[in-house]
Formats: sequence, structure tokens, C-alpha cells
Amino acid sequence: MAEGRGLTPLQLDALREVGNIGSGNAAVALSTMVDKKVLLSVPRATLVPLVKVSDLVGGAETPVVGIYLHISGEASGSMLLLLEEHSANQLAHLMVSGSEQGELSMVEQSALQETGSILAGSYLNALSQMTGLLLRPSVPGFAMDMAGAIIDFILVEISQSEDYVLVIETEFDILEHVIKGHLILFPDLGSLDLILGRLGVSG
Amino acid sequence: MTRIRDQRESRNASGVEGENATIGSEKQAPEETVNIGVAEYCVTDNSHVLASYGLGSCVGVVLYDEKRRIGGMAHVMLPDSTAITKKGNPGKFADTAIKAMVEEMEKLGSRRADIKAKIAGGACMFTIPGAVNPRNVPGPCLGMQIGERNVEAAKAALREHRIRLVAEDTGGNYGRTMRFEISSGKVTISSIKHGRKEL
Repeated sequence: MAEGRGLTPLQLDALREVGNIGSGNAAVALSTMVDKKVLLSVPRATLVPLVKVSDLVGGAETPVVGIYLHISGEASGSMLLLLEEHSANQLAHLMVSGSEQGELSMVEQSALQETGSILAGSYLNALSQMTGLLLRPSVPGFAMDMAGAIIDFILVEISQSEDYVLVIETEFDILEHVIKGHLILFPDLGSLDLILGRLGVSG
Repeated sequence: MTRIRDQRESRNASGVEGENATIGSEKQAPEETVNIGVAEYCVTDNSHVLASYGLGSCVGVVLYDEKRRIGGMAHVMLPDSTAITKKGNPGKFADTAIKAMVEEMEKLGSRRADIKAKIAGGACMFTIPGAVNPRNVPGPCLGMQIGERNVEAAKAALREHRIRLVAEDTGGNYGRTMRFEISSGKVTISSIKHGRKEL
């Protein structure tokens, strides 16, 4: 299906493992933060056509909260925490007790931003340890808008030469609170080869 | 979403789901909405509604020939194809998408002087003061001010093809959905932050 860039089943497995360990670490951090059990889905590592990326979170017009971090260092890419509106509200209320329902306040926004930063940080830590690559996350950016609009600029760097993007995605659940989120890693293409090499599965 | 195409409609999709599989030769029901996804474009003289959902830094370009009711929409994500070696589909870049749409509209019988353009999108979704964006250029907008550059590139391509830009809703920090009704020429922009308006 991927023109020009096929990934072998072994490579996809290795990338799923990256997702697994990365998001496992992130889940522990999240669980400690909110003092609740956090469930993780089996991570997906897929090559997604550009047109389809926003379908991952229910369509381009779905209102979501996105926390974005750019990764630089020895490998580059993007890390995105996406929460549907309801989940974002719930999570914000868990973090900032006593806050009211409805629109997210500045404090709540910054709490979510910080959550994204901590989750991405622990995810990247794991990836860094597995690959021996130095990875530096940027300051987190925060946006509340249509999913398509939040995702599209992340694809810019990747899509200059490809019509597909590699997405390593994990869903997490905080059970009692019906909070669902997506933690997505978009490695840049040059970095993908590097990561695959370090994992011992270069093509 | 059904993929539609008849003999007078040309569409450049990224060829994901059976590009050749669902081509009907019959006219579809009028006012059917065609989703123009990221990096796609469509030119048609059917009375469809063309829509680009969730434009962030991407730019939606509508071209319309009111006389002949021929229209097109592109959902471009990058400004310029000239520096790129592996170009992929033309709908991805402002310059190639506009060129392709103009040519296809002319094939359907449009004259360049009758084609008018409207554009929307090109926002900057994440602003982080002092952050370093992917090209390592310090700046407030992550993503190389790509939205702004997309808008500029679309305008430059329109000028090059001598097409008049009659309306725009660009910039800002919010996502937009652009809908274009070919039968009436009406273009509407909707966003979560500012509701719906006609362009």
C-alpha cells in the first residue's frame, strides 16, 4: 500500500514496541498525576495517507484539544496528545479541583498543557533509552479546535516528499472518568530510518 | 464518503482507496457533498457541494466560472513544489493545484477571464513565544509560518494565471471549514470560534 516506502512486518512490530514502552511510561506518569488507574490500548504503527490522518480522531471537524511538542535533537518529529472535548474537560477537572464545568479556564488549559508535556516527556525518555538517541521536546503548544486544523501543519514537514505519514498511536482510558485520549508520535522520515537502525531492524 | 467522478469531472485524489474503482458515469444526485481531503482537488460542472473540512495551516482554494457553472476546490498544504524533487499529487502544493484546476476548467470550456477565486485558511494553530520551530528558526508560530506562506503562494499562483481573487478569509489562529455550492457559487466558512459566515 505504501508507494515508495514499505515497512516490513518486523519493522512495524519494532515501532509498535516503541509505542508500547513509550506510552507505558507515559501512562505511569499520568496515573501518578491523577491518582487513577490508566488503561492503554495495543499501540498501532501504521502508514496513514495524508487524507486520512484526521480520521484517527473521528474526522476533520471533530472538536478536540491538542497539545503539541516538536522533537529535536538527534532525531526529529512531532508528538501530539489529542483529547476529545469531553475528555479534555474531565481531565482538566481532575487536575484542577473545584473548577467549574464548561469552557476551559486559563488554569485548566495550562494544566492540560503540562499534562501533555509530562506524557510526551516520559514517552520520549523511553524512546531515547531504547535507541540511545538524544531527543529534546519543545515547550508544549496548546490548541482547541477542529482535529483537521490541529493536525495539518504537523504533516507539513513530513509531506514535502511523501504522501504517507507514519503514525504510532496509543489510546488511553482513565476508567472511572470516561477520559479517552490519543498519544501520537510522528517521526520525520529521515529520523525514521535512524530509529529503525538503532532498533536493529533497518531495511 | 462516496468517491464520484463522471466524464466531465476530474479529480485528483491521493489514490488511496481504489481510485479507479468507483467511477460512475451517471450523474449523481444534485447537491451531493464531495469531501476534498488534505492535498486533494476536484474540478466539476456538476451541481455538487465541494467541502474542505478542518483547514488549519492548509488553504482552501475555490475557483468559479459563474457563466458556465464550472467550479473547483483544492485543499493545499504546502506553498511551493519547485524545491521538491518527489512531487506526488499536484493537489498538495498551491502552485501545482491552481495550475491543474485552471487547466481542467479550461478543458470543460471555461475562459480564464471568467474564473474568479476565493481562498480561506492559512491559520497558525500553535503559538509558543520564544519556541524554536521545526526549521530551527526562532519565531512565535510553530511550523515555519506555513499558513502564511500557503496564502502568499496561492495568491502568487492566482496572479500568475491572471485569476481575480474576489474574497479571502485567511490567517488567525483557528481552524475553518470551507463549503462551496457550485449551483449558486455560494462559499461559506464555518469555524468553532466564529460560527458560520458567507465569503
